[in-house]
Amino acid sequence: MSDLQSQDYVRRSASTLTPPSVRSHEDEVAKLIDVSRCIGCKACQSACMEWNDLRPEVGHFEGSYENPADLGPSVWTLMKFAEHENEQGNLEWLIRKDGCMHCEDPGCLKACPAPGAIVQYANGIVDFISDKCIGCGYCVKGCPFNIPRISKQDHKSYKCTLCSDRVSVGLEPACVKACPTGAIMFGSKTDMKHQAAERIEDLKSRGFDQAGLYDPPEVGGTHVMYVLHHADKPSLYSGLPDKPRISPVVGAWKGFIKPLAVAGIALAAVGAFFHWITAGPNEVTEEDEAEGERVLREADAHEPEKSP
Amino acid sequence: MTRPNNAITRYTAANRVNHWITALCFVLLTLSGLAMFHPMLFFLSGLFGGGQWMRAAHPWIGIVLMASYLGLIIQFWRENLVNRDDVAWMKSIRYVAVNDEEHVPPVGRNNAGQKMVFWSMTLLVPALFFSGLLIWEVYFGAATSIPVQRVAVLVHSLAAIAAILVWVVHVYAAIWIRHSVRAMTQGYVTPGWAWRHHRKWLWELASEQHDKAPPRKHP
Repeated sequence: MSDLQSQDYVRRSASTLTPPSVRSHEDEVAKLIDVSRCIGCKACQSACMEWNDLRPEVGHFEGSYENPADLGPSVWTLMKFAEHENEQGNLEWLIRKDGCMHCEDPGCLKACPAPGAIVQYANGIVDFISDKCIGCGYCVKGCPFNIPRISKQDHKSYKCTLCSDRVSVGLEPACVKACPTGAIMFGSKTDMKHQAAERIEDLKSRGFDQAGLYDPPEVGGTHVMYVLHHADKPSLYSGLPDKPRISPVVGAWKGFIKPLAVAGIALAAVGAFFHWITAGPNEVTEEDEAEGERVLREADAHEPEKSP
Repeated sequence: MTRPNNAITRYTAANRVNHWITALCFVLLTLSGLAMFHPMLFFLSGLFGGGQWMRAAHPWIGIVLMASYLGLIIQFWRENLVNRDDVAWMKSIRYVAVNDEEHVPPVGRNNAGQKMVFWSMTLLVPALFFSGLLIWEVYFGAATSIPVQRVAVLVHSLAAIAAILVWVVHVYAAIWIRHSVRAMTQGYVTPGWAWRHHRKWLWELASEQHDKAPPRKHP
């Protein structure tokens, strides 16, 4: 959506100055995915492809209901199917709609080196401004959820936009509109939390003691949240991270090392300059030349007597 | 190329060509690498035709640098072997810093500082090359896991910073010790330069010279 001017940025990748943020009087939004109500129909996947004009290549059957096999540059959301045998020995089919979580503290944005290629709007949506993307893959390293995918065709990174184009004109994301069971909901983050609380209460009353909301505080919360029947073990749901966080390796790299290194290099150059103007250049003197010549001359002269 | 009669060859044409290919690659890699490292330096991407071109070109320049630096290792490793003189030279570093060469013990063809530059780069260039391969998204993006790539990108950054610092020292030393640059551009130094900065090397040259026949003629 880079062709529409946004003046509601709260974060902008690789920027040292405050981004344009005057139109930031917005509610934070959230998509709430109630996993317990999902029937795995993939309407959300189809709606995503339809609205965003995405057509991934038709793949092969990989022995799983997942299709395609993985997220991709043109697969922004994917139903993931996990079979879980619970304590009672019953099989549970845990289906999760995977895609960008729209972190409040986005690792992709933190890692991105291209100014303005990744932005976060005041409503919380994290968007890739693909025009500015250089295709380095740093966002892939920054993401705690393994979401961005780099296209082999145009070398740009892609992921779910939370239908920022629809949301900006007051519509709900395409997947939300398509969901036939109401498992995907959209609204202000506060409302979604209330909605989730009701659902969790209901699930608990039906025996899911560990039901809860997935809104991981390690990344400042997310703007895509899950209601999970097993909120104590998110990893049951096709590897949803139990404690997602921006890798400390990325934190060090994009945190203190970045300014320290540039300062260090600048200091070295400045130090060299001041050495030049204090100690000064090291010049060869006339005497040095005379001595040097003498060494060579004596070597010539001594040749006969030094020969054994 | 016009040289004074008493010129001493310090770097052959092969040495110099090899050095300057390496130097050009290193500068280009530093500019593009810093542009991708710190947002304030992203403007440097303009030198490469924009961010996408820079991202695409950087690894290829890295390959040329690696190949070129291998050439430098082959040509220079022997004269950079560390010996006892290097310890003595390092101990007198405070005299070196203030151009008080009379208090600096004589050294051979390279002093300990030059050797440190050589061996640091010999360590850092391959470290940069291999960590760089792991984060070369276009060809090796899927070759290793994301946690491995995270470590690789950190190693790459740290090695690059170290290499740039070594490079600053290297470039400044070349400017500071007058006529060192000429040794690497035109290939020669004067006997006085050799006497002042690499006295043992001069003695070696002198003794080699008188072993050879016919003896060197001076005007």
